[in-house]
Amino acid sequence: MTDTNNTTPKKEKVPRQPMPEQPAGERQKNFDEVPYGYTPETAMLEASRCIQCKKPRCVAGCPVGIDIPGFIKAIEVGDFPESIRILKDSNALPAVCGRVCPQEDQCEILCVLSVKQDPVAIGRLERFAADWEREHGEVKLPEVAPPTGKKVAVVGAGPAGLTVAGDLIVKGHEVTVFEALHKPGGVLVYGIPEFRLPNEIVEFEIKNLENLGVKVINNIVVGKTFTIPELMEEEGFDAVFLGVGAGLPMFMGIPGENLNGVYSANEYLTRSNLMGGYDFPRYDTPLKRGKKVAIIGGGNVAMDSARTAKRLGAESIVVYRRSKKEMPARIEEIHHAEEEGIDFHFLTAPVRILGNEDGAVIGMECLTMELGEPDDSGRRRPVPIKGSEYILDVDVVIVSVGTGSNPLLTKSTPGLELNKWDYIVADQKTGVTSIPGVYAGGDIVRGAATVILAMGDGRMASGAMHRYLMGEPEPADAPEES
Amino acid sequence: MFTIVKKMNLSHDVYWMDIDAPYIARKAQPGQFVILRTGRMGERIPLTIADSDREAGTISLVFQEVGKSTMLMGALKQGDNLDDVVGPLGLPSHIEKLGLVVIVGGGIGIAPVHPIARGFKEAGSKVISILGARSKDLLIMEDEMVKASTEVKVCTDDGSYGQQGFVTNVLEGLIEEGSPIDMVVAIGPVPMMAAVSKLTKPYGIKTMVSLNPIMVDGTGMCGACRVTVGGKIKFACVDGPDFDGHEVDFAELRLRQRMYLSEERDAIETLTYVSE
Ligand SMILES: Cc1cc2nc3c(=O)[nH]c(=O)nc-3n(C[C@H](O)[C@H](O)[C@H](O)COP(=O)(O)OP(=O)(O)OC[C@H]3O[C@@H](n4cnc5c(N)ncnc54)[C@H](O)[C@@H]3O)c2cc1C
Ligand SMILES: Cc1cc2nc3c(=O)[nH]c(=O)nc-3n(C[C@H](O)[C@H](O)[C@H](O)COP(=O)(O)OP(=O)(O)OC[C@H]3O[C@@H](n4cnc5c(N)ncnc54)[C@H](O)[C@@H]3O)c2cc1C
Ligand code: FES
Repeated sequence: MTDTNNTTPKKEKVPRQPMPEQPAGERQKNFDEVPYGYTPETAMLEASRCIQCKKPRCVAGCPVGIDIPGFIKAIEVGDFPESIRILKDSNALPAVCGRVCPQEDQCEILCVLSVKQDPVAIGRLERFAADWEREHGEVKLPEVAPPTGKKVAVVGAGPAGLTVAGDLIVKGHEVTVFEALHKPGGVLVYGIPEFRLPNEIVEFEIKNLENLGVKVINNIVVGKTFTIPELMEEEGFDAVFLGVGAGLPMFMGIPGENLNGVYSANEYLTRSNLMGGYDFPRYDTPLKRGKKVAIIGGGNVAMDSARTAKRLGAESIVVYRRSKKEMPARIEEIHHAEEEGIDFHFLTAPVRILGNEDGAVIGMECLTMELGEPDDSGRRRPVPIKGSEYILDVDVVIVSVGTGSNPLLTKSTPGLELNKWDYIVADQKTGVTSIPGVYAGGDIVRGAATVILAMGDGRMASGAMHRYLMGEPEPADAPEES
Repeated sequence: MFTIVKKMNLSHDVYWMDIDAPYIARKAQPGQFVILRTGRMGERIPLTIADSDREAGTISLVFQEVGKSTMLMGALKQGDNLDDVVGPLGLPSHIEKLGLVVIVGGGIGIAPVHPIARGFKEAGSKVISILGARSKDLLIMEDEMVKASTEVKVCTDDGSYGQQGFVTNVLEGLIEEGSPIDMVVAIGPVPMMAAVSKLTKPYGIKTMVSLNPIMVDGTGMCGACRVTVGGKIKFACVDGPDFDGHEVDFAELRLRQRMYLSEERDAIETLTYVSE
């Protein structure tokens, strides 16, 4: 074997270690987490595959720049506390990211090993380190700087807001997080199902923040209970971070969309995850289980909805207007869905939903598509095939075609600049908005994105907010403008 | 913690509660609502803010026991706490000085129209309120409505009190007398709001109704509360709950409210089981 890389792999080839999982036949009946996680032995073996590149390309692929070779080295030698310490230097929620980050498109895709073999399982190792810490009760809280006397309000307890809260409390500021729902976590608790990210893990991370002194106040809708000017002028907050996400569900505008049994993915997942609807009537929130459920869309949200419906006992069909290749969902999630027996109707577009006299869904008319020329997104545009209509006899339809900016807060804040899609305009290096002292990041700035990008925004904004609060200048690397 | 500081029985299954919620009390305006949960496993239910007291830091809710969650609430006592109360949600009712406003409250709907009537009166409008109930013992808040209105007309379905008939009969009488009505505000059961809107439409009298579709978050995130108004989809929790009655698709609203009928029955069964 010729090796063009100057770092010669000294170890004999260990294959990428598989992650033990709940068998597909079992897991379609429960909401327990699908992958079990590595044992310490497997983790150390997998870690030994990392060749510790001098110029690690993987780090460049990580939106928060984790010292990947560093934390993996610590696992390899069995120093798990050290590995989690390194991880937490750049990532406040490793147990979350190790589970839901699209590593295959970020760090792992750049791994040198992937030229010849499978890349190092960076995500699985990250998850291992975080789980080890939590399960061993050896969580070390970072040191908190002496109080600065400054007060910061964080609006929205999703990954962006929680990152800002964690960063600023450590720097000695007083931090209060305001959350509209009755439980903090954002999409991590209301959207992503427990079989992919147990709520308990998110709760644990939030408890840690509270132990550091962060105040989390649920049931406050900023824009309603308080406005931003009120927070700053009357409640005495010196700076505000807006991490309110992009939760406005979109519908397709086809006939029958308001029939009983048609859900937005947000409603379906919120009823199931946040409200415990999967355990109705033990929990009070009902959820139409359906015998045959159609999920419209091809992203992670569609996969989560389809797998939830399956677990609730329905036959579950994903209807997507392009082909499998174009699906935006993570490969692992598509794969899990296929294993669990979810049906895929590719190149299929719904045209109308049919109902009975009680207003309940009894079917969905679909049209078969073929792929034409590429469109603005670079993906081949689906074109309907004339006369190909057919009826899918479903009784629940979950619309998962994306989300937009929720106007509740943004429109009630005078002077807050928005772009043409009503997302908040924020500086890419600092998160500064058009209102002095108000910063923003995560999905409300980017449009629906990912957990790690939201956290990256939070990290960046917290740095700028700290400098603002302390009256320090911005670092001069930005080109000067007169 | 949201402590119940006062609880009263208004009629056999209708209760009034004052709840300690200073942030909400500070902001609440007529037409707005809160979403609350009675316990850790409870569902999120919307209730209109019937009154609020900034000084005392309390809001008042009036609710009728119709299913599991409202029954659980009905079982709570003064001094008990609610797990979660969030608000004030929704847009405030549009209140201005008009010549004559007719306020129509049906059944439990009298509670939410009360602050609206008072608002119009305080703004200098003449307010005629029409209160309807199935029978005398189901009529609530008559004294409060008398204070909040210039004139009050009461009707009952069975004729046990006031005029016999529906609120629409009384309203029709007013219109036919030639009263110069600038606006009608109607809150009550969906069929009542639909009937009032149908009655006023040919006369071109602006009619506002408050829609009560099933809700979850109340912040525009889930889309459960979608209603069709003027042929367009609106989210009642953020675009409403008040809408122009002449534009609302009431038939769709009625069907959507019945979405969980069978599940609601199951929920009641578990309630009996739990309380045994
Ligand atoms: C079902 C689903 C699956 C996903 N799967 C993945 C995945 O596998 N991997 C991945 O990386 N990403 C995934 N994502 C995307 C990811 O979850 C989001 O990009 C990320 O959560 C955005 O974080 P955020 O902090 O910007 O906002 P959010 O997580 O949306 O949090 C915003 C919070 O703000 C609160 N809020 C909103 N308005 C107000 C207000 N006015 N006042 C107070 N609070 C308010 C909300 O209630 C919410 O709690 C998924 C998203 C969904 C919906
Ligand atoms: C904006 C708004 C304001 C309201 N104000 C009042 C009020 O001031 N007083 C009052 O008594 N009632 C009010 N309601 C109705 C109240 O929310 C329902 O009576 C309550 O949710 C019923 O819950 P349940 O579990 O007791 O009954 P269930 O058995 O669950 O339901 C009984 C009926 O109540 C309706 N309903 C059920 N769940 C919900 C929900 N989550 N959201 C809305 N409606 C639901 C349905 O039509 C259902 O058929 C309001 C509703 C809305 C949307
Ligand atoms: S209740 Fe969820 S959008 Fe209105």
